[in-house]
Amino acid sequence: MSETLLQLTGVHTHIGEYHILQGVDLTVPKDGITVLLGRNGAGKTTTLRTIMGLWHASRGSVSFNGSDITQAPTPDISCAGIAYVPESMGIFSDLTVRENLYLAARQGEIDEKRLEWIFGFFAALKKFWNQPAGTLSGGQKQMVAIARAIVEPRKLILIDEPTKGLAPAIIQGMIAAFRELKATETILLVEQNFNFVCSLGDTVAVMDGGRIVHSGMMSELAENRDRQHKLLGLSLDSHQ
Amino acid sequence: MLRTLLSGDLPRSRMLSATLLVVFIGLALAPFVVSGARSLNVAATICVFVVLVASYDLLLGYTGVVSFAHTMFYGIGAYGVGLALTGMGPSWTAIAVGTVGALLVSLVLALVIGLFSLRVRAIFYAMITLAVASAFAVLASQLSDFTGGEDGLTFKVPELLQPSFHLLEATIMGRAIDGKLITYYLLFFSALGLFLFMLRIVNSPFGRVLQAIRENDFRAEALGYRTVIYRTLANCLSALIATLAGVLMALWLRYVGPKTMLSFEIMTDILLIVVIGGMGTIYGALIGSALFILAQNYLQVLMGQTSAALSGVPFLANLFHPDRWLLWLGVLFVLSVYFFPTGIVGKLRAGTLAKVDRRP
Repeated sequence: MSETLLQLTGVHTHIGEYHILQGVDLTVPKDGITVLLGRNGAGKTTTLRTIMGLWHASRGSVSFNGSDITQAPTPDISCAGIAYVPESMGIFSDLTVRENLYLAARQGEIDEKRLEWIFGFFAALKKFWNQPAGTLSGGQKQMVAIARAIVEPRKLILIDEPTKGLAPAIIQGMIAAFRELKATETILLVEQNFNFVCSLGDTVAVMDGGRIVHSGMMSELAENRDRQHKLLGLSLDSHQ
Repeated sequence: MLRTLLSGDLPRSRMLSATLLVVFIGLALAPFVVSGARSLNVAATICVFVVLVASYDLLLGYTGVVSFAHTMFYGIGAYGVGLALTGMGPSWTAIAVGTVGALLVSLVLALVIGLFSLRVRAIFYAMITLAVASAFAVLASQLSDFTGGEDGLTFKVPELLQPSFHLLEATIMGRAIDGKLITYYLLFFSALGLFLFMLRIVNSPFGRVLQAIRENDFRAEALGYRTVIYRTLANCLSALIATLAGVLMALWLRYVGPKTMLSFEIMTDILLIVVIGGMGTIYGALIGSALFILAQNYLQVLMGQTSAALSGVPFLANLFHPDRWLLWLGVLFVLSVYFFPTGIVGKLRAGTLAKVDRRP
């Protein structure tokens, strides 16, 4: 097992009067993809938002790369090397594709080689480079959101349900992109589409009721259909 | 050259380009193509309002911050120069001292208001600015020994800017080259410079961050931007430019008073112009200001002529009576907001939505 990059220990998060995260313990190892699975309302998005400091944990700790970031402001967490692709794609629709990407390049410039590398995954971005991001299709917007997260090298990328509402053909393209990305980046991927992640993930954690109810290797969960059914209420067959 | 001058933000619509060109040429040649003090006053007011409205749009349209303190900063600029010229006599040093002093006061106030209140929710920020601006207006009226109270202050400007000063004996196109003309072009070129500066700001990386904050401040924070700092900077920048607009207006009018410089009516005018021109477009300030100031000054005259022409038709003659000009101005606003919800610039640009521009 490689070294730990992100560690959540007994994290509780309240949103108003609602107690969403109820003691989350999660470990994200360095390199590869860690998948966070769970039903709707299990607390997956809240976990990502708590890591990013958009909602602060009321109890417990979040440690990133050896530093405690539990109460750190969001910009500091971002500057520490965590990129976030929210569920709603999170693009700036009035800005062009180019401006969206430059906004995420904190050095003010994008390395040309890295840009070509990104265009290798998402060719549409090159085509619509100077077009307002709000005029793109859902899949293209998702590409902008992911490209923005990888426009500069990051230590960790949090991605929330990237396949939500996308056509199967686009999802296949995204699988290919993630397969290449995982060779160089560490990703914490929230998904409900088990088919999408079962071949991509290295490690997996399953959430239910604001807690992690299972964690281990993805290959083990992919082979154990009874456990899939028990944890996620599905079997791989029903999705094939 | 033009692209560089406009910071790469071209009008992107033929109709918009033509309209902007007409307004620009009209303002540039106003002293030579219109006659009478009123017409020149209208042109000068448009020049000042372009700066004032564009600086407000920097805050509202580009950053998404609703402030009611903009006229306060405008008033600070006007009173700064007015007080300095009254106290120190008509000299360029007095103008410089008044301007720098006003800019410093505005900067401190904008910084304090920004740091203390931009963390709170938008509605509270708007209320705080409203309270501060109202307090400032009351203060300007009450401190009559210092500010001239409700009557305001009338002051002299340096000789070069006085109407009695003649630079040349000869006339150009029938127009005397006097202090009034020099003051007009001081306003025109200052407004042009500030307009291009604001265009540069909104098209810079800083401007893009402001736009990102307007669209979604959480997302901007998740990219590593401290939104409170950016909002405060935008607030300060906007206040400083409004202060300069106040300085220009004071030099033109040679008078400062609470009604002319600090009234809430000016604030509502600014809001209306931003909406009519198009929020989040610096060009909108130019077109909106020109339309609004022209309507404000000539609608009554136009209605008088219409009413006279319809004198035989009782109901219509009454409907278009010049006394009802405010009613018609209101109707025009409602119609413009209905037909141009994204403002005139937004509507004109929508017709020629950016073509797919392939990256080279």
